[in-house]
Amino acid sequence: MALRGDWVYENNGGTCVAIAGSDYCVVAADTRLSVGYSIYTRDYSKICKLADKCVLASSGFQGDMKALQKNLAAKHLIYQHQHNKQMSCPAMARLLSNTLYYKRFFPYYTFNILGGLDNEGKGCVYSYDAVGSYERTGYSCQGTGGNLITPVLDNQLKSPSPLLLPSRDAVTPLSESEAVDLVKDVFASATERDIYTGDKLEIIIVNATGIRQEFLDLRKD
Amino acid sequence: MEWGAVSSEGKKVSTVLESRSQRTLSPYDGVIMGADMGGSYGSTLRYKSVERIKPIGKQTLLGVSGEISDFQEILHYLDELIIYDHIWDDGNFLGPKELHNYLNRVMYNRRNKSNPLWNSLVYLGMVGMIGTYYEDNHVVTGFGNHLTRPIMRAEWREDLTFEEAVKILEKCLFVLLYRDRSAINKFQIYKITEEGVTISEPYALKTFWGFSAFQNPTKGAEGSW
Repeated sequence: MALRGDWVYENNGGTCVAIAGSDYCVVAADTRLSVGYSIYTRDYSKICKLADKCVLASSGFQGDMKALQKNLAAKHLIYQHQHNKQMSCPAMARLLSNTLYYKRFFPYYTFNILGGLDNEGKGCVYSYDAVGSYERTGYSCQGTGGNLITPVLDNQLKSPSPLLLPSRDAVTPLSESEAVDLVKDVFASATERDIYTGDKLEIIIVNATGIRQEFLDLRKD
Repeated sequence: MEWGAVSSEGKKVSTVLESRSQRTLSPYDGVIMGADMGGSYGSTLRYKSVERIKPIGKQTLLGVSGEISDFQEILHYLDELIIYDHIWDDGNFLGPKELHNYLNRVMYNRRNKSNPLWNSLVYLGMVGMIGTYYEDNHVVTGFGNHLTRPIMRAEWREDLTFEEAVKILEKCLFVLLYRDRSAINKFQIYKITEEGVTISEPYALKTFWGFSAFQNPTKGAEGSW
């Protein structure tokens, strides 16, 4: 049984979404932890606050998610001791990419989104694959419900097209409350069709005044 | 289940001794855990008095399912931790949160070396063989996830008394006894509160096998056995 390599990983399901605005960033994830066709718990947070203006949401294998969060939190603490300041979101973004690529040949099975405010106070969202390839975008979804949500955000966020030249900033012109409402709608839809998404939605909003948290009940079936 | 087999790297790759589900409930003022006492060797029910739950220090219970020898190794690691703590003699001791973190990391790091401890552990929450863990008001390993978690979800309340919690636990153990082939009718319930740990004597639940459908099992299928 242990001779094949695939027992070291499992997919614990879940979906994460992040949306960047002109002066805010919304990061959201459901709180269901599943394995196979069972639900382990309905109340597991996939979001980790790494720095004052920087929040990580992950989905995938929970053991690796936890280890990655601890890893980054430890590196951030060392950074603070050495530089006497918090890490900025773009700096954390590169750190996450390097941390993931470090395990290129035994990857962290995590699909991450990093959200926060950049050095100018504008919202930023960074989207990753399992081995650290990343890109700054205006919005992103990862996880089992990602493919269900992305088309809806493409349609509803009114972001400038990435095909335009000169390239425009990808942040959405929507207000913070409109973006939060959209996130709630979009998760309600994903919950209908994705068995791994549901139970409860945790929403984190990062803006100039700090970090705020909201919850929304989702369908439990 | 296969016999203990050795791979080319000299590590054991199959489980030898396996015991199945056991569960824990958190009523208002403490925690109760229950498990059956069977230890199987493949399809042979080899041991009938295996204690799969152990009190650790004064504040925690640790329950296990899976490979018994790996459980004993975990207990050995924990003994080392406790002794190390004790010789500092500074009044500090390991609480459930420290134990929780330690066990999680141990399971995950063994998985990283592709040499897992073939167990699912139950204490402040549950941690599986590859390091997946969670906390909840009721926690279960193995078959219990499918058979008993729904019962606990329906019946658990914030203000359960000890007796009510035991009733729910017995209901769960009962279902597992009927449906899990490796379960035996010999259980222990452990209770931990501020006053300390109480361990029940091994006892059996009353089963009923007199269903009419069992009287002549091959009636509908002549020639089967």
